[in-house]
Amino acid sequence: MGKYNALNIAWQALRGNKNWQRAWRDPQPKSHYDVIIIGGGGHGLATAYYLAKVHGITNVAVLEKSWIGGGNVGRNTTIVRSNYMLDGNAPFYEMGMDLWRTMALDLNYNAMFSPRGVMNLAHSKAQYDAFARRGNSMCLNGIDAVILSRDEVLEREPALRAADQERFPIFGGLLQPEAGNARHDAVAWGYARAADQLGVDIIQNCEVLDFIKQGEEIVGVKTNRGDIRADKVGLAVAGNSSRLTSKLGLRLPIESHVLQAFVTEPYKPVVNGVVTFGAGHFYVSQSDKGGLVFGGDIDGYNTYAQRGNLPVFEDVISSGLSIMPGLSRLKLLRNWGGIMDMSMDGSPIIDVGPIDGLYLNTGWCYGGFKATPASGWCFAHTIANDKAHALNEAYTLDRFAKGYTIDEKGAGPYPKAH
Amino acid sequence: MLRINCPHCGEREHSEFTYGEDANRSLPATDASLETWNEYVYQRDNVAGEHMEYWHHALGCRTWLKVQRNTLTHEISWVGLPHDMPPSQTEAQS
Repeated sequence: MGKYNALNIAWQALRGNKNWQRAWRDPQPKSHYDVIIIGGGGHGLATAYYLAKVHGITNVAVLEKSWIGGGNVGRNTTIVRSNYMLDGNAPFYEMGMDLWRTMALDLNYNAMFSPRGVMNLAHSKAQYDAFARRGNSMCLNGIDAVILSRDEVLEREPALRAADQERFPIFGGLLQPEAGNARHDAVAWGYARAADQLGVDIIQNCEVLDFIKQGEEIVGVKTNRGDIRADKVGLAVAGNSSRLTSKLGLRLPIESHVLQAFVTEPYKPVVNGVVTFGAGHFYVSQSDKGGLVFGGDIDGYNTYAQRGNLPVFEDVISSGLSIMPGLSRLKLLRNWGGIMDMSMDGSPIIDVGPIDGLYLNTGWCYGGFKATPASGWCFAHTIANDKAHALNEAYTLDRFAKGYTIDEKGAGPYPKAH
Repeated sequence: MLRINCPHCGEREHSEFTYGEDANRSLPATDASLETWNEYVYQRDNVAGEHMEYWHHALGCRTWLKVQRNTLTHEISWVGLPHDMPPSQTEAQS
């Protein structure tokens, strides 16, 4: 299939770009695999890639009910960060940052990772103190964090001056300089292409309808393209996790909610990094094409419909106008909704399932995109070894029953945190 | 936009209401087992399809309502008070 490189691009261009091959095959499902991953999103494709690359397990199928990358990996605000405070979370996400930095070279696919910095705005002394505490926790976990004064914030993002002079004066900010954005589609396609080259079968338009059980053990899946057997079945289906596990009589500590995101028409460079508003829920960055990409809260009621409603639309835009009044002059180009697997403590689950042959990867709330490489890496390790890696050993399914929740927000059992 | 037909106030916009939770859950006895409490506090059916749920008419009559809504289509098929049951379920019980 050949590597992507400058020479190849020049050579193909000279020949009229007629000889590019498809980036991954379109195989028929085999009757048996060592591992089946359900869900061809970022996490599923990354898992398949690391199973093949790190663990040498190449007889793997990724089953996707629609087309790959059409779920949340194509429906997010592309923010990559590791500014977490708690021990169970911080090392996991920071390991993910290492994978983000080397992703393009590793996959031979330009994921356009751009460490332009994620800055959280503080609008009061108390908020500033809380950010200093979070920053110190990050530093203790080896994650770079910088506390910024008001002037430093405004120097980084001059577009915030208008808000600073009016309703929400800026007290300071917390910056993770190495965080930033990546190209979401490229992440899915890059992992798909790299996994395919290692022998993984990516099977699209293949919906899993039920599981095949032998005694108490899962030995395969029933799909709309026939039965496929496997020694191990991994679930990486985000908002659809409960729908699939309900076929096994298994309830999860998950509610599915819709999160909306928005992009404006392309505009001159105005936002330099990622900015999060501290007095309302709003986060914004500017895409390489110039569109301002932003989002806010989930709609707040259980749903499986990949579209949101207008009250949250209005709420997000009004939060945005509070911090960047100039936004009102821009036209919105697109708005979309994705179904989030909201866990009861705001942290994910990567675990050997409670049923033999089943492996779970779920509960990403609305922070799954940044976790893509780390999640795939840890899930592959968990599937290959039947045991969690040290990085994901806190992400168990039974932590809720045992009282070991990882509650970053400190809000108790509540499926609306992230 | 969701519109909820409040039994007291008539059909009102979604922005007047606050979502509560799944209405099929019921509080276990205080001395129930830890497993029962774990099921109640953390585990969810997370239904795809017809879902019975509570909404609070916060900017209206301030009553808690029971709403049957399809989580796949956002279609609301029935609204009642917390102790009411939709006609289909009442018939099934009688």
